[in-house]
Amino acid sequence: MAGAETDARSRMLGRIRRGLKRGPLPESVASGLTERLKSHPRNLIPARSRIPRAEQLALWKANIVKEHGTVAEAASEAEIPGLVADYLASQNIPPVVRIAPDPSIAALPWGERPLLSVAVGRAEAQDTVSVTPCFAAVAETGTMFFPSGPHHPTTLNIMPETQIVVLRQSRIVGAYEEVWDLLRREQGSVWDGPTGTRFMPRNVMLVTGPSRTADIEQTIELGAHGPRRVHVILLKDEQP
Amino acid sequence: MHITSPAFKQNARHALADANLQRALSNARTGFVEKRARAVAALPEFEALREEGRDLKNHVLAHLDFYLDTYAKAVEANGGTVHWCETADDARRAVVEICRAVGARTVTKGKSMIGEELGINEHLETAGIAPIETDLGEYIIQLRKEPPSHIIAPAIHLNREDWIEAFREKHTALPADRAFAERKTLIDEARSVLRSRFLAADVGITGANMLIAETGSSVIVTNEGNGDLTQTLPKVHIVLASVEKVVPTLEDACTILRLLARSATGQDFSTYTTFSTGPRRAGDLDGPGEYHVILLDNGRTSMIGTEFQEMLRCIRCAACMNHCPVYGAVGGHAYGWVYPGPMGSVLTPSLIGVDKAGHLPNASTFCGRCESVCPMKIPLPKMMRHWREREFERHLSPSAARFGLGAWAWFAKRPWAYRLAARLGAGVLGIAGRKRGRLGALPLAGGWTDGRDMPTPEGETFQARYARLKKQGLV
Repeated sequence: MAGAETDARSRMLGRIRRGLKRGPLPESVASGLTERLKSHPRNLIPARSRIPRAEQLALWKANIVKEHGTVAEAASEAEIPGLVADYLASQNIPPVVRIAPDPSIAALPWGERPLLSVAVGRAEAQDTVSVTPCFAAVAETGTMFFPSGPHHPTTLNIMPETQIVVLRQSRIVGAYEEVWDLLRREQGSVWDGPTGTRFMPRNVMLVTGPSRTADIEQTIELGAHGPRRVHVILLKDEQP
Repeated sequence: MHITSPAFKQNARHALADANLQRALSNARTGFVEKRARAVAALPEFEALREEGRDLKNHVLAHLDFYLDTYAKAVEANGGTVHWCETADDARRAVVEICRAVGARTVTKGKSMIGEELGINEHLETAGIAPIETDLGEYIIQLRKEPPSHIIAPAIHLNREDWIEAFREKHTALPADRAFAERKTLIDEARSVLRSRFLAADVGITGANMLIAETGSSVIVTNEGNGDLTQTLPKVHIVLASVEKVVPTLEDACTILRLLARSATGQDFSTYTTFSTGPRRAGDLDGPGEYHVILLDNGRTSMIGTEFQEMLRCIRCAACMNHCPVYGAVGGHAYGWVYPGPMGSVLTPSLIGVDKAGHLPNASTFCGRCESVCPMKIPLPKMMRHWREREFERHLSPSAARFGLGAWAWFAKRPWAYRLAARLGAGVLGIAGRKRGRLGALPLAGGWTDGRDMPTPEGETFQARYARLKKQGLV
């Protein structure tokens, strides 16, 4: 950091402290605040998603459909390439897809659908359809979480006109907070930052339906800059 | 950005007489209000969330030094850089330096009110770097070379014909006689024009709805997805954020997100809410190689400890202006700087001085709708009153207004004179408007009666009526 900016930092912090009529926080108070960051207590979570499992799944679906997503169900992984091909045919979209380099997607039996042309990797300018996994989704608003990483490039969520999402039913939870806890549990590693643990990848997109805008005459139109269509293939991996 | 706030009165007069503006505003007046009301009614916990949101922000402001310092350390531990900028000038310089260091020729931009506050587009152009707005509303106003008129719907003052005209004029590579059958045609054209810009840009600049101390993340909320293309495709991502945007944890961010979209557009949740945490990691196939945060003060830290501290709770949802009768009548440009409506009337004098923005806190009827819908429960009318007091104390209010207030005070302190004057006034007006029941013009009040009629007083003053009814035992 440049010297001038170090000074700016201390002057800005100094003005805040003068406004608050105190000096730097005493160590006991500061460590209490750091503890709060580490324990990240939950605030009020709306009751709407704390309901029996079957209703929670139905709420997720109702919400994503309300936000203009579409949903198909797969009884097994083997069905997924066929469902992808059927969906593209039904929408009159050429059967060319860019799939995420995630084992759960790349290992699907794509070869059984020879008419479907499949490439793996990040999205490029010419790609019109992507197939991605979904880390988890929340019933509260239908929102799906896409953390970035070598297996899930961010461009797949945002560049193609159509995004097809493979969501495991077991990864539908009630509220956003539950997904953050899944990330903390599954992706945490030692970090030299203030809390000592890092679990956030470079990018996490929370997506609730296709891209839209109401900038012209306050009327919603789909397909602004991101996908025009978000189609979810829900893999029924839970026992009823 | 050129400040026209001192000319608020002329601006407002022009706005009221502008038929196209009035047509555009009439689209907006009901839409936002109804959508918000529906979203709020569907969430029984909304009121409790507002209280939590207010308390959370108060906690942050009381420990802002700790949270900013912690946030900055977290960004750095993720491989990002924080630029502490005391003034708009410092921030502009930092942005240009970052762009120059990578030899940037074009910069794509997500919507950012801090970008407007900095006038960053003009500044980049002066430095020979082309900024391209990518939010559709910001894009059209950039084509038209005008400022936004609303903090979440920057082109709310325009009608469809304005879009068609601008696209025909600026998208010259396309056939001149093409048809624009529907709104979707316009959006498709903008999408394809802007996609090539996204792919070519060297730097992407976004704002931030929040900064998270726990993780060092910045958060943007959009519906179009332009912010995501802006920050994912170029080599460098620059985040423009002001100091009060920091919150402690992801859980705290969720509380604010539950309030934000409902208050703003009436959605339960925006289409894209994106958390960015530093530059590209090992093994990543996309994402920017550099991640910079411009942490802007520009007068905010000086608001702490003053009667305007609570304004720093604002999350820029625009509910206050969507529900404001004054904003609804004159639109955003009349306010003359970046932030219009009630939140602007409080914030603008803090940032550019009450000498320039003194009219704004006067542009209120104190009806209180803004405070009643504010997700952060900011007492906006109370703070506008504080500005009026400061303006009066500093002798900045016009002499006619000072004379009027002085005259009123003279009468108010002498009940016999007040009663006499009121009886005289009510009596004369009662006779003058006897036939129509309303008055179309009043001496010294032409500005008021040009736009509406004054109901005729009944001839009897309130005090006289009260005394009469009391005698009759009716009150």
